[in-house]
Amino acid sequence: MDIQLKRGLLDVCVLAAIKNSDSYGYKIIKDLKPYVELSESTLYTILKRLESARMLTVRSAEHEGRLRKYYHITQAGIGRIEDFKNEWKEVVTIYHFVIKEERRYE
Amino acid sequence: MSKQEFLARLKIALAGLPKDEVDERLNFYSEMIDDRMEEGFSEEQAVAGVGPMGNIVTQAVSEVPISKLVKERITPKRSLSGGEVALIILGFPLWFPLLVAFCAIIFSLYVTLFSLVIAFWGVEVGLWGAAIGGVATAAIYGFQGFAMPGVAMLGIGLFAFGAAIIGISICIAASKGIFKLGGKLGVGVKRLFIRKESTK
Repeated sequence: MDIQLKRGLLDVCVLAAIKNSDSYGYKIIKDLKPYVELSESTLYTILKRLESARMLTVRSAEHEGRLRKYYHITQAGIGRIEDFKNEWKEVVTIYHFVIKEERRYE
Repeated sequence: MSKQEFLARLKIALAGLPKDEVDERLNFYSEMIDDRMEEGFSEEQAVAGVGPMGNIVTQAVSEVPISKLVKERITPKRSLSGGEVALIILGFPLWFPLLVAFCAIIFSLYVTLFSLVIAFWGVEVGLWGAAIGGVATAAIYGFQGFAMPGVAMLGIGLFAFGAAIIGISICIAASKGIFKLGGKLGVGVKRLFIRKESTK
């Protein structure tokens, strides 16, 4: 897949994984696993990028005697998901056109 | 490999990066390993699960801007003594040309790569020119009644046309490859700053 496209998709995937409740690194990877394989180093990069874009905030909380980082989605992050859903409708329309044109010449 | 061993090795491998950046990454991977172990994985499995160290380091290096790496490398870890400051100033005629030469070499590598891309596309444009020119000349010969030279020119034009069509995909593939190489070169240059630090 095109790198730029994949980067945008993964950003939205991570935002979606924390949309309903705050989550932490390993849980995000686990939740996404059935849909997309995400390595730890890639997740780190995405989380940093989303944090600097103010689409999520980070807080540390104690868990089993150690600190764990929890990620919380912001209004901007929710807006990004909504934008993605609208943009994707256009992509799907284009996809259907491409498939239709291909079938016409088969 | 145990978690402590993994984190210690990672710390050494990332030594050229800014300290806060290294600490943050170490905390992140430490948390990941702890969470995996809590899930029931053994320590070995948990460490193996966070991925090969080479990938982690390459990704980290490619994300940190080169200016930060250089700054981290040249900023002294302690205040310099008067003698050292004097040495740096006196050594300026030596280290400054070396630094300029190093930058010039990197710059020339990029120029070479970029000119390769231009050369590929130049040939492509030339082929299209030959194709259009060949067909046009063939038409002119045809109108003037020179049949044989006309056919010859048409042949050349069509050949160039075919080569130009094939050339497009070659040019695109070559450009992509060269740009990728440029990216790798960037990571390689950054690694120069890291490697020196971590071998200490």
